[in-house]
Amino acid sequence: MLANYGYKDGSGEYFITIDTDKCDSCGKCAEVCPPKILALVADPFDPLSEKEVPLVIEAERKKIKYTCGPCKPVDKSKTEPCIEACEPCAITHSW
Amino acid sequence: MATTDSEYWRWKEYNWKDPEMDWNDAEFITAGVDVGSVSSQAVIILDGKLYAYSNMRTGSSSPDSAKNAMNWALEDTGLEIEKIQYVVGTGYGRVNVPFADRAITEIACHGRGANYMYGPSVRTVLDMGGQDCKAIRTDERGKVTAFLMNDKCAAGTGRGMEVFADLLGIHIEKVGEESFKVEKEPPPVSSTCVVFAKSEATGLLREGWPKNKVLAAYCSAMAHRVVTLLERLGVEKEFAITGGIAKNIGVVKRIEKELGITALDVKLDTQIAGALGGALFAKALWEKQQKAG
Repeated sequence: MLANYGYKDGSGEYFITIDTDKCDSCGKCAEVCPPKILALVADPFDPLSEKEVPLVIEAERKKIKYTCGPCKPVDKSKTEPCIEACEPCAITHSW
Repeated sequence: MATTDSEYWRWKEYNWKDPEMDWNDAEFITAGVDVGSVSSQAVIILDGKLYAYSNMRTGSSSPDSAKNAMNWALEDTGLEIEKIQYVVGTGYGRVNVPFADRAITEIACHGRGANYMYGPSVRTVLDMGGQDCKAIRTDERGKVTAFLMNDKCAAGTGRGMEVFADLLGIHIEKVGEESFKVEKEPPPVSSTCVVFAKSEATGLLREGWPKNKVLAAYCSAMAHRVVTLLERLGVEKEFAITGGIAKNIGVVKRIEKELGITALDVKLDTQIAGALGGALFAKALWEKQQKAG
């Protein structure tokens, strides 16, 4: 499942996409996230499965442009910590 | 509740049951309660088949809205809430359904409910709710494969349409048809934000625009906004719309035109999709629980 969290406003599109099929439930993304906006929980969008997947916690979904701001690399050779930590490459940011 | 002339936003609240079915013959009796931001529904299913439901306005208290919707769905069935084996709560107020065995997100429930209502060929579901819109992709079993919503903006939703019905003095159940009574399709209003769109509409009325033209401009702004959401997710056939706005042909036809595909038609009330999905999950979870002992 491609779970998109975030929003679009006058300044742009801010979505964090988590591919729960690729995810191996290791939880490293949640561990390395400095503002702790990711949490590993039983997938709320697939109630019949018990697989744990990360999600962007509800209170943060409206402000990821700002919360994720400090992690956005100025230098293109670097990537965001959550993306970097994800071995199966299940996390993407739209901006 | 009676509709008075001044309450243009007020849509019909009602309950329904299948007179051919008897809960005494059923092995599984499960229910879903969808406490939305604007409307609440309770759906009862027998062995996975739709039996009874209610659809009413959400009050200020989620637990009371859930109870009222459930009691209304149970009315005249002779069935008591204690006999329902498993209840799933969904929607904005899902954690406040006192008699629910579990709360499930509305995205999962709408995907599952649409699969029942429109059949397994549905791949894209657009839920146009009271205060948000969700674009959902599902597989042939109704399982969500992708979803997208705008967590920051409630533009282009049912509540916005209610505000417009009230402003223009056209009943909410007629706004769709009325929006086509224009000589030429006007450009959409530039803001989809309910408050700004209302200011813009007031300005247009002052300029002398007829009501229908203003309505057409708002419907197409709303359609355009959800189409951008859908296009970001990717639209695959078959396409279905759930929620209250699915009953508004003024918006539905404009979405179809912009996307270039037709939305599936359904006889069931599109507002019950969430609660129906909840009831179907309730059955699956109850069976799972029984197996686990």
